[in-house]
Amino acid sequence: MEPLDLDISEGELELPSEPMMLNMGPSHPAMHGTIRIVVELSGELITKADVQIGYLHRGFEKMCERGTWTQVFPYVDRCNYVSPMLNNVGFALAVEKMMGVTVPERCQYYRVVLGELARICDHMICNGAMCMELGAFTPFLYHARARDIIWDIFEEETGARVTHSFGRVGGMAAPPTQYFKEMIRAGLPRVQKFLSDSERLLVKNRIFLDRLEGVGRISKEDALALGWTGPTLRSTGAAYDVRRAHPYLVYDRMEFDVPVGTTGDNYDRFMCRMEEIRQSMRIIDQALEQMPDEGPINIDDPRIMLPPKGEVYTTIEATIQHFKIVMEGIKVPAGECYSYTEGGNGELGFYMVSDGSGTPYRLRIRPPCFAVTQGLEQMITGLMIPDVVPTFGSLNMIGGECDH
Amino acid sequence: MAKAPAPNPWTKPRGEAIKLKVIPRPQRTAEVQSYVPAFLKGMSITMRHFFKNTKEMVLGQKPDPVLEGLEEGITTINYPEEKRPYPERFRGLHRLTLRQDDSPRCVACLCCSTACPAQCIHIVAAEYPEGDTRRGYERYPSSFVIDELRCIFCGFCVEACPCDAIRMDTGMHATAYDSREQFIYKRELLMSFTGRDGSRETANPRHEPGDETHPGVTREHMEH
Repeated sequence: MEPLDLDISEGELELPSEPMMLNMGPSHPAMHGTIRIVVELSGELITKADVQIGYLHRGFEKMCERGTWTQVFPYVDRCNYVSPMLNNVGFALAVEKMMGVTVPERCQYYRVVLGELARICDHMICNGAMCMELGAFTPFLYHARARDIIWDIFEEETGARVTHSFGRVGGMAAPPTQYFKEMIRAGLPRVQKFLSDSERLLVKNRIFLDRLEGVGRISKEDALALGWTGPTLRSTGAAYDVRRAHPYLVYDRMEFDVPVGTTGDNYDRFMCRMEEIRQSMRIIDQALEQMPDEGPINIDDPRIMLPPKGEVYTTIEATIQHFKIVMEGIKVPAGECYSYTEGGNGELGFYMVSDGSGTPYRLRIRPPCFAVTQGLEQMITGLMIPDVVPTFGSLNMIGGECDH
Repeated sequence: MAKAPAPNPWTKPRGEAIKLKVIPRPQRTAEVQSYVPAFLKGMSITMRHFFKNTKEMVLGQKPDPVLEGLEEGITTINYPEEKRPYPERFRGLHRLTLRQDDSPRCVACLCCSTACPAQCIHIVAAEYPEGDTRRGYERYPSSFVIDELRCIFCGFCVEACPCDAIRMDTGMHATAYDSREQFIYKRELLMSFTGRDGSRETANPRHEPGDETHPGVTREHMEH
């Protein structure tokens, strides 16, 4: 009997040479948040990448138009769920900018301290998750343990670990607790210790360096053209930090450095975040030093703040005022404004339009992740499949914020 | 003449020059390239943690997860045998506070259900029956339902309540049930909860109608 493949030529026995399409995500462990990357592969090299976002779209902007200005706070909590306090502070500042009011000094310090704590959490999660995806599980656990210390402080202060809903227009929901300063002063050195432990595990490790160094490079010009901000932009060498370039709250009184990288690769992004955690700790130390122990937290304006509860229970004037604010919301003067703060991943902007009623007429968020994720496509094209993981990890895309 | 723009108190003038801190590139020294020293150093760090954790486990010196939460060593809790106490401000399950005669403090003003961003509170307001001293003075909730599955525990209802009738200080977190109906908390269930110290008292000093000391009767003692 004749062999069946007698007349098949050598060439036809080779593997098919057309590119292979591969889906990464939307529910892939390394695609934190939900993002889908359709990659076209030639062997293991990525020849084309298509980054698709929107799997966590919840209609944030439309939802905000439903309730009062205060009712937006739970929504912004869930935008960047890794550092909700920065969003709370950013949104409160945006509404205050629109109303032309400034919160008392003690509240400004309070916001700075809480915001910086949230920034530390944000950077720790990004760096920790990135290590974990590269196989270094121990540093991730150290980071998670360190973050737990900060979340305990948050729980003590705000009453919730993640979704704080703690910011209010014109102040905060509650004044600092009695042990606020002590808790942070005791907790931060411990956080620092965990961080240095995990850093010592990583930065001299050749495997780790080989995966990061020179991988996922982006030039300063490209990053600026894509609208990048935050640590990812600073890693390319552009020193743009909203806290320094356009100081808000009391950042103009703080002394801190802006870490910048040189090449804009994964290593620079990783180290920028590491350094920023240290700078945030410096800011917190200074802010705790300068923060007054006494004084009001909320602005003294009956049109904005709910009256004290004791008066609401007993007097009719305060009850009426209370009902006006709860039922109709805070009246924000008609107009529009753009307010921007330094969020965990870059410039967190709120563009808002008010028609003078108690409800936002239109609210638009400028999430830093949205701009950053745009650059992923050009960064991973030409790399290998395993390089997608650290490159994407170092961008710290947060699904809730990116897809608003 | 064009009016000068009002100074914006929000943004501040840029202070000192930006101080940069350039991140150094990794040094590819022989120490790094040969891999072994970094490996040994890394092992020494993980082993230090390992022995610290196991020593405490073996000798039974586990640090207290709350009081010594910042100490080194394992701070894992054997939940649910051990429980971490929740902080003072923790927002747990709701409760309805009671009056002296065990009727709900709530006057069904619908403030909480309006302030709720998740719209999880449903209240049916009713008049007190004929002859009741409170009739015509205030209403009461004939039905007060909170859907704990919809609730996002933001605490806005507590802030919005003008008579301290709803609180989130039970110190209980949302529990797991096996059907959706069980998450819908009715008035009686909400009234049966107490604060974490077991009290059902409220901070609302508002007196009952007809009381001589009621601030609505005479306002002499009020400041304004």
